[in-house]
Formats: sequence, C-alpha cells, structure tokens
Amino acid sequence: MSSLAAADSHSAREPAKVIQPAWVRTMHWINALAMILMIMSGWQIYNASPLFGFRFSHAITLGGWLGGALLWHFAAMWLLMVNGLAYLITGLATGRFRRKLLPITPSGVIADARAALTFKLAHDDLSKYNYVQKLLYAGIIAVGIVIVLSGLSIWKPVQLQWLTALFGGYDVARYVHFICMSAIVAFLIVHVLLALLVPKSLRAMIIGR
Amino acid sequence: MGRMRKLLIPGVDKKLLVRDAVKVMPDLARRRFISGGASLGALTFLTGCNVVDSDSADRMLAQISKFNDAVQALIFNPNALAPTFPESAITKPFPFNAYYDLDDAPEVDGKTWKLEVRGLVDNKKSWTLDELYQLPQVKQVTRHICVEGWSAIGSWTGTPLRDFLKLVGADTRAKYVWFQCADTEGYNSPLDMASALHPQTQMTFKFADEILPRAYGFPMKIRVPTKLGFKNPKYVISMEVTNDYKGGYWEDQGYNSFSGN
Repeated sequence: MSSLAAADSHSAREPAKVIQPAWVRTMHWINALAMILMIMSGWQIYNASPLFGFRFSHAITLGGWLGGALLWHFAAMWLLMVNGLAYLITGLATGRFRRKLLPITPSGVIADARAALTFKLAHDDLSKYNYVQKLLYAGIIAVGIVIVLSGLSIWKPVQLQWLTALFGGYDVARYVHFICMSAIVAFLIVHVLLALLVPKSLRAMIIGR
Repeated sequence: MGRMRKLLIPGVDKKLLVRDAVKVMPDLARRRFISGGASLGALTFLTGCNVVDSDSADRMLAQISKFNDAVQALIFNPNALAPTFPESAITKPFPFNAYYDLDDAPEVDGKTWKLEVRGLVDNKKSWTLDELYQLPQVKQVTRHICVEGWSAIGSWTGTPLRDFLKLVGADTRAKYVWFQCADTEGYNSPLDMASALHPQTQMTFKFADEILPRAYGFPMKIRVPTKLGFKNPKYVISMEVTNDYKGGYWEDQGYNSFSGN
C-alpha cells in the first residue's frame, strides 16, 4: 500500500513540474521568429555590399532586393529588441538567469563537454542545465546583446556615435555585426540538432513539461 | 498560396484578371512583387506556414517604415555633428555610385545652369553658378555611408544649406526641402526641414578642393552627413520648400524615407 501511495504521489507530482515556464516559451518562439527574419533579411542586405568574397543564395534570403530586405530588417528589429529586452528584464528579475545559468566553472564545462562527446551526458532532469548548456545559453545571450548594439551603431553612426566608436568605428561595427550573426547561426544549427536528439527538451519548450 | 486560390474564381478569366491587375501596378512594383515572392516562399518553407501574402506584407512593412521615419525624426539631435576626419583619412579613389554608369551621368553646362528656387520662399529668383560661388563656403571631411552598407570618407566644400535658406527667406517651419536633379529619370529626394537646417548640411561645389567633378554631381550636390548617400542628391537643378511629401526616386521604391545616420 505504502509503496503504491508513494508511486501515486510521485506520478501525480511529476507532470505538474514545469520545466519551461510560459513566459520563457512565449519569448523563445517570438525570438526564434524574429531571429529568422533578421538573419534572412540581413543576408540580402549583406549581398548589396559583401564583406567577404561570397554572396548568400537568393533562395535563402528575405525581401527580394536591398530595399525589401531593409524594410523587413527594420520591422523585425522591433520584435527582436522589445522581446529581447523583456526577456532580459524578466530573466534578471525572477532570478532565472542566476539560478539556471550560474555558476559556470571551466572544470564543469570540460567534464560535461567530454561526457557529451562520448554520449555519456545524462538528460534525466531537463530543469537543470549541464555546464555546456549553461555556457552556450549565457554566451548566446551575450552575443544577442552585442549583435543588437552593433546593429544600432551601424544604423545610427551619427546619433549614437559614442556606441559606434565603442565598436571601433562604422566599418568595424559591420564586421562585428556579421561575426555575431555567424555565431548565432552556428548556435542555431547545434541547438536545433541537439533539440531533435533529445526530443523531450523540444516538448518542454512547446508545452512546458 | 492564398493568392493562387483567389485567382481561381469560377466564371472569371484568370488571364484577363492577371492582365488587369498587372496594368495597375507600376513597373518597379511589378518587378519587386515577383522577386519578393520567391523569398517569401523560402520563409514559408522554413517556418512551415504561409506567414504572409505579399500584398498585406507590403502594406504592413510600409506602415512600419513610416513609423520608423517618426522614430528617427524623434531621436534626431539637430546639434549632434557627424564625426569629422583628417584629410589623410580620405578614401582614394572616392567611389562613383549611381543607378547609371559614369558614362551616362548627367553632363551639365555650368554656364547656362541655374538653380531654381521654388515654394515657400520670399525670393524665388534663380541662381547662376557664379552667383552661388560668391557665397561663403566651408570645408568638411565626413563619412559618406551608402544604403548598401559600404562607406567612404570624402572632403566636401560649399555653403551651409541653412545659410542659403535664410538668404532666400525660406519658411523654415515648412516640413521639407525637395530637390530635383538633372538626370534623365528625374532623380529627386525630399529632405526633412530639421536635417536641412543641420549645421553640416551643405550645398556642395567642391570635392577635395577641386570644382565638383561630373562623377560627384557637377555643378551642385547636397551633402547631408546625417543621411545615407541616396539622400545626398547630385546634379541638383531645383529646390522647393514645401509642406507636401513629394516622394523621391529611391524613397518611392521602398527605401526608408528618413534614412538618417
């Protein structure tokens, strides 16, 4: 009896445990949409004056031409900025960032990276991030902040000239903006692959559990 | 996809309907409509849903661009000066950039050219180049930033536009100064009054201490360091002080109208 009761209460408690609260899920998917719009329109803008010896295929860009891409980019930027700001404020105010992402220790990152690469990393408790996750999630938040700031300094190099100067001038800010985009795309590929490898993590980001 | 379904209306000839629809679209809108469709398709593919149909997306984007005009006008600081650079920083050669090749650039005869001044001004007299050259000039070395993303530092010399506007008795409470240019397609561009009155906004007659060459807009260019390059008209033939938004060559095709730096 007692063991049955224990099992009951266990199974009753289990589904109630929310791994990703509603605000995280909502902001995550708004951010995903905003990022895709920004990246695809950004590639079309890049094509107008490439920094390197290549252009992005028209099939994966948004806007059709420079003017259309700029309209998308400067529309989606509001979605990205407002949502991102709300995410940062909520993450800091609720203590979620501190709880979930800290501390990050080099030894922890090395041990978990080794475990991940030998497929020995456990995913039993999705509410606790491993050290590799902590590092990547904290890192991508930082990259997100830098890409918005470098974008603002390219957009407003006179009105926000102190910010542009901080990045080393207009031309350097363009490279910073591009490198941040590359980091986000690289993160996105790994992030999506790992979510597909551990499908319950994807489920948690959709229905919360 | 929704667009295709709508075209399949029983009893309506598809071909005629499309032909009528295309007739009411201006040339560029047609071109953009087609090219825009391809990338919207890619987005639809990526997100797995039909995010938008082209028409309502275009309308929404145009609305947001107007909102962005207002935001930029709001954060525009009339006293914030564009950074200036030493002569050693000047980009050589300074790029020629236009929708036409250099060979097709307007060739203006400086002897017969006159600047027409229209609209809300006290003195509507036209100005010859010699008369304009008499006005006090200043030199500034600033960064020209193209809407395409590249930038180049150049040296421009000329008369501050705000001094000229004062001289001709312009109503500076008006919303825009609208410029028209000499090229065949009739390049034009509106400049909001706050930017027109900015201390660095200049009627430019010289590039790198030489009379403005044909490549850079002889006989007169409007240099606005607080705006993207396409809002710096070349080969200017007239300016009009007006409260009406008269559109512009690139603005009408979708570039953001304020496009401030």
